[in-house]
Amino acid sequence: MNDFLRSDVMVAFAVMTAVTVASRLGGYWLMGYVNVTPRVRRMLDALPGSIIVAAALPVAVNGGPVVMFAILAAMAVTIIRRNDFIAVITGMAVAALARAAGFGG
Amino acid sequence: MHSTHIPKARAYWSRAAIVPGIVAIGPMLPGTLAFGMAFGALCAQKHFSLLEVELMMATVYGGLSQFVAVQSWPDHLTPSSIATLALLTATVNIRFMLMSATLRPWFGTLPAWQAYPSMLLVTDGGWLAAMRYRDRGGADAAFYVGGGIVLYFVWLLSSIPGFLLAEQLTDPKKYGVDLVMPAFYAAMLVPAWKGPRRAIPWVVSGAVALLVHHLLPGWWFIIAGALSGAISAGLMDEPAVEASA
Repeated sequence: MNDFLRSDVMVAFAVMTAVTVASRLGGYWLMGYVNVTPRVRRMLDALPGSIIVAAALPVAVNGGPVVMFAILAAMAVTIIRRNDFIAVITGMAVAALARAAGFGG
Repeated sequence: MHSTHIPKARAYWSRAAIVPGIVAIGPMLPGTLAFGMAFGALCAQKHFSLLEVELMMATVYGGLSQFVAVQSWPDHLTPSSIATLALLTATVNIRFMLMSATLRPWFGTLPAWQAYPSMLLVTDGGWLAAMRYRDRGGADAAFYVGGGIVLYFVWLLSSIPGFLLAEQLTDPKKYGVDLVMPAFYAAMLVPAWKGPRRAIPWVVSGAVALLVHHLLPGWWFIIAGALSGAISAGLMDEPAVEASA
């Protein structure tokens, strides 16, 4: 069996943590040196939606029909009922049921 | 996410926003639990100890990056394999940099000793809920920090049952766990829709993300797409008078 805390694993965790903490603090820190002109403000305003699309679209497109259908179902539910909770549960349930029914992906 | 022309209130702290902040991250909790359980099960298969798993949950605190790292965890750690893990973590988590940048206009008026620790709580779900709150004019920093702390502890606990029940949870896809984040993201886009002009950067972002995903291995597509979308918004002219404003 393993040791409880292996030292080489601890080193790997420390490096991964340093990288992640630097990402979390770095964006905030850098923005302290950016003069927020109207142009920068427009960029910042567009950033959340852009992150959302960039993170989700390739997953949806490459996830196959089951993932795509589940995401569309989640969006449809959000349009009808503005409720994130029901949307996420719908997405998970649609994918789980489709897979249980034998659809791949 | 849209109201460019409305000056927003300065950040402050009050107890009143703690409960609404926790309620706002509520939709994330089942998914976070399921994701953490799946991660715990994966770690058990990869022969990590429970203590190690909990330590990683508490320090790295980035679900997707942990998943990706453990999936490609080498049998023997060497300096070069640790560097590879670090690079992998960076490509997945560099999106946090963009997210914390968007929090600067809100948290920037707080003292640094309050703002920087708050940034350690940046996650997809916590950040999305905070952005929506801010978009509706919210300024109470306790909304974001309260929800963020709850998400953190739920995440810490979530891997324990997964680790202990590893055999039953070998295939998280069976339960649709891989849909948690995409479904949440997709749900967040619906209220963010402010007409086609506002969506042009989204189209740019999506197109670049798809292209980079196709051309490059790994997770660079998120940062490439998001930055392209933001830059395209910066290049667009300011509308003289917003028709709907």
